[in-house]
Amino acid sequence: MVKIVFEEPDGNEHTIDIPVGLSIMEGAVKNMVAGIDADCGGTCSCATCMVYVPQEWRERLPPMDKPEKAMLEFCPHVDESSRLSCQIQVGPALEGLRLKVPDSQR
Amino acid sequence: MSDGPLIVIGAGQAAAQLAASLVQYGFKGPLSLIGDEPYLPYQRPPLSKKFLAGEIELEQLFLKPAAFYEKAGIELILGSKVIGIDRKASAVVLEDGRNLRYATLVLATGSRAREVFLPGIGLTGVHVLRRISDVETIRPQLLPQRRLTIVGGGYIGLELAAVATKLGVKVSVLEQAPRVMGRGVGPLVSAFYERLHREEGVSIATGTRVEGLQGSDRLEHVVYDGGRLEADLVIIGVGAVPNIELASEAGLAIDDGIAVDENCRTSDPAIFAIGDCASHLRSTSERRLRLESVHAALEQARIAAAAICRQKVPPLQTPWFWSDQYDVKLQMAGLSAGHDEVVVRGHPNEGRSFAVFYLRQKRLLAVDAVNRAAEFMVSRQLIGEQAQVDAGRLHDETANLKEVRL
Repeated sequence: MVKIVFEEPDGNEHTIDIPVGLSIMEGAVKNMVAGIDADCGGTCSCATCMVYVPQEWRERLPPMDKPEKAMLEFCPHVDESSRLSCQIQVGPALEGLRLKVPDSQR
Repeated sequence: MSDGPLIVIGAGQAAAQLAASLVQYGFKGPLSLIGDEPYLPYQRPPLSKKFLAGEIELEQLFLKPAAFYEKAGIELILGSKVIGIDRKASAVVLEDGRNLRYATLVLATGSRAREVFLPGIGLTGVHVLRRISDVETIRPQLLPQRRLTIVGGGYIGLELAAVATKLGVKVSVLEQAPRVMGRGVGPLVSAFYERLHREEGVSIATGTRVEGLQGSDRLEHVVYDGGRLEADLVIIGVGAVPNIELASEAGLAIDDGIAVDENCRTSDPAIFAIGDCASHLRSTSERRLRLESVHAALEQARIAAAAICRQKVPPLQTPWFWSDQYDVKLQMAGLSAGHDEVVVRGHPNEGRSFAVFYLRQKRLLAVDAVNRAAEFMVSRQLIGEQAQVDAGRLHDETANLKEVRL
């Protein structure tokens, strides 16, 4: 289990434990983290599981592939810290990762 | 807020989202989901993709863990069939004889594989692909050198063809219409998918009518109007029909699916319908639409939950769909009906990446994007805004997608 902290849209801090090997999105959806819609179930098709990653964590995440980059380029509310949480598998290196959830995924 | 007992008939994607949204809105009443399959509510799209391929586990199909329902006090009545709705008594009748009272009823009954009536349809080796149990029957038979004939070249049939081919199965697809995926995409995209599957080793015949299945006990041949094929396995994928019978027997209005208003309410104000079974009156169009898609199921679930909890109903979004076959992701947004112009970006006849835009009076109606996520994302936004677009820039690969708006 890896501890991940989400800052939900209403400012609430929501800490969850995600089993190694699942994506951050899967962990968030199963634990009802507010604001992670994940309509497509994790196939990088919808861009409704976007999260903001603080500067100090960005380098430590696996790099983006081309489809994720393309989806994010025109994703609503995107900024340079955005990632799609369905594309990040959870591993021990992510213990304590903090993510901010956008106010809306639309 | 109306917090009397709420019963959901159905335990699929729409039902699970409804439950999640009701919890978010603070719904306090008793809530029961009744499903006729023995599983926790699960996502169906992987059944013809990664789950069929054995790349994900059963548990990964489940939309929420059992603990979610327990914690929220949601009763799951699984492996149970509803046989009737007694509107006078405000009750649903289960197969086992139980009567369950509701204050609000939500029909999320989904759709089922369309049946075909062919000679030999009852032979061993003939299946449909719709449920987990179907995958469990089909998957062990997808072995190298086995001969599979797929009747129907829609999304399910072609996704299955892609998975089976990768497993070494010899796959033939027979499609009655002149082109594959004809209901979902335009002709250029159909032609691309026919080429893609042939490049991967699938045999595809369009404009071909299946006349029957032959075999002494087990399936041996598929007979079509141009000859016959040897087959060890046949999978019928000729579309879905909405499960409207409970609703129509209860006297609710039907319009292709169960007719609902903008808020997903049926002709009985105490009953809602969402997902594949519902014909939704989208305020942006003049007639009801029944969409068989994950997005429509989720959107209608969120709308119904808001209406039930007397919250502000979320605005309608651009409908969208996707399909994964081989290394190709197809993403579609909008509805192309009524278009007067088709614009292509990239080359459908070579490679595996292009987008087709459908316009009416310069406004973007729809897009079919093949390995073109950026085009899909831009279009989803522009379609929602009913924006006018510059066809020349859309077509020009060197033009920035940020500058296609007129």
